[in-house]
Amino acid sequence: MDDALVRAGRALRLVLLTVLAALFLIPFYLLVRNGLATEREITAPGWTFFPHRAHWANVRELFADPDVPMAHALLNSTLIAVATTLGTLLLASLAGYGLARIPCRHANAVFYAVLGTLMVPAAVTFVPSFVLVSSLGWISTLRGLIVPTLFSAFACFVFRQYFLGFPRELEDAAQVDGLGYWRTYWRVVVPNSRPVFAAVGTIVFIGAWNAFLWPLVIGQSRDAWTVQVALSTFTTAQVVNIHELFTAAAVSIVPLLVVFLLLQRYIVAGVERSGIDD
Amino acid sequence: MTAVTTATTAARNRRKGNHRKRNHTLWFWIFVGPFAAGLALFTYVPLGWSVYLSFFDAHNTVTPSDFTGLDNYAAMLADPAFRSSLATFALFTAFIVPATYALSLALALAVNRLRFAQAFFRSVFFLPAACSYVVAALVWKLSLFNGVRFGLANTVLGWFGAEPVAWLAGTDPPWYWLVLVTVRLWLQTGFYMVLFLAGLQRIPPRLYEAAALDGARPGWQTFRHITFPALRATSVAVVLLLVIGAFQAFDEFYNLLSDARGYPPYARPPLVYLYYTALGQGQNLGLGSAGAVILALVIAVVTVAQARLTGLGRKEE
Repeated sequence: MDDALVRAGRALRLVLLTVLAALFLIPFYLLVRNGLATEREITAPGWTFFPHRAHWANVRELFADPDVPMAHALLNSTLIAVATTLGTLLLASLAGYGLARIPCRHANAVFYAVLGTLMVPAAVTFVPSFVLVSSLGWISTLRGLIVPTLFSAFACFVFRQYFLGFPRELEDAAQVDGLGYWRTYWRVVVPNSRPVFAAVGTIVFIGAWNAFLWPLVIGQSRDAWTVQVALSTFTTAQVVNIHELFTAAAVSIVPLLVVFLLLQRYIVAGVERSGIDD
Repeated sequence: MTAVTTATTAARNRRKGNHRKRNHTLWFWIFVGPFAAGLALFTYVPLGWSVYLSFFDAHNTVTPSDFTGLDNYAAMLADPAFRSSLATFALFTAFIVPATYALSLALALAVNRLRFAQAFFRSVFFLPAACSYVVAALVWKLSLFNGVRFGLANTVLGWFGAEPVAWLAGTDPPWYWLVLVTVRLWLQTGFYMVLFLAGLQRIPPRLYEAAALDGARPGWQTFRHITFPALRATSVAVVLLLVIGAFQAFDEFYNLLSDARGYPPYARPPLVYLYYTALGQGQNLGLGSAGAVILALVIAVVTVAQARLTGLGRKEE
């Protein structure tokens, strides 16, 4: 009796989870369905589950449309996301290692200064940061879109926490071999820390690819549009065909979903490692 | 003689020590310096500058000369639009924080107990975290909650014989709240589920064994007396992150509600208001800076109050 109840409960849970999972996948389904449909199929009365024939021509049409600078926006987004990821990894990991391992009188003060910015929502600083970047003359430049975002307190914090737990014996052995901090870091610490670099790197990459407010404020001219700004402009102005818009959105998200699924293990580890609840 | 030798050795060691210490300090700054300098330049300098600008009349300029004292603050606080943006934030928080908290915790509990397909379900619920708010808003606005007949929600309503609803176009009833809240709920729930899953896996099994010995029944009793208290630290962190996230909401509001005519006069969260004030026509940077300072204070007060209320940083019992 009890046993049957437990089994029924388990089955119910599985059914509920399956229904919820299906609901969670609906937006992705809509992206693919509308992205591969013709305008007429999307706006037809009555729901068609999937376009009669997948219209791969939509993708070609999208990149051929001179009014929609999608290829250029994709290029900008790629450059920005790659540069931001590499730059953040380099700067934040060096700083995290220094804070965790190199004794210095100012280490605590610097650490608290980093922690302090973690508590300031980035969005509160967008007006002052805009002021700074505009006085540097960096509006509508890739520099303006990349450089101010390179100093991630979150990444620095994760690296510091990780390096605090790094096995000291490995570093000691390197120092016995006469390596200083610099060479110990590059030859021993970095090669043995690939998972944390992968975790932070993936999170930063996704964040940079999906960022909107900063690129909207800084990337004002068409040449400096990222994918998100381009999509947003066409969504809010509604001057582009619906199917083309959905094709563009699907193109913008597919590479990211692949990265996400492949590196999910690292992302989960990174989220857990951020140690916000310790 | 021996004493002298010892003294010189000590002095030499001290010199060596000083040298080593300088060496450490030098290396510390080689490692930390570039990051610290960037952080100072791109976070602390703008913050300071913003406070400075907030006391000036700064239209279209970042080097103003017209000192106006607290006028910007007074103007900002007297502006009904600014106050209504704070009300919008409060209302949005009241919807999204409990909804996300409950759903992500429930999903974590359910997924954690699965015997198989655990990785599959976790991936499905986590996948939306890879999507941008821009793309999600696009799907919500133009397909899922499209106000015309071919939108998915209206199609489903049509199956039950209901009339199509203008989800985003009308304010009576304010259906746009449903659209706004579901976008964020869909996008962020999986992330918090992962946090809860990590929390669940840290609960030592012996707690459950002890509870079972004491006669606690699996299910609600165990959840109330063991699981939920053990997740306290995670819960506090999740609520804090959710509130800060809701406070920063911009992307979905902007993309769902603004159109070729601009942004409607309702449902403006603080950042949308600030965006149009500081960067819209006139570029009133003094006023915008005052707004940023006020918002920074608001979020600081909210954070501290919440930390007090929930005892953030207190050790787990």
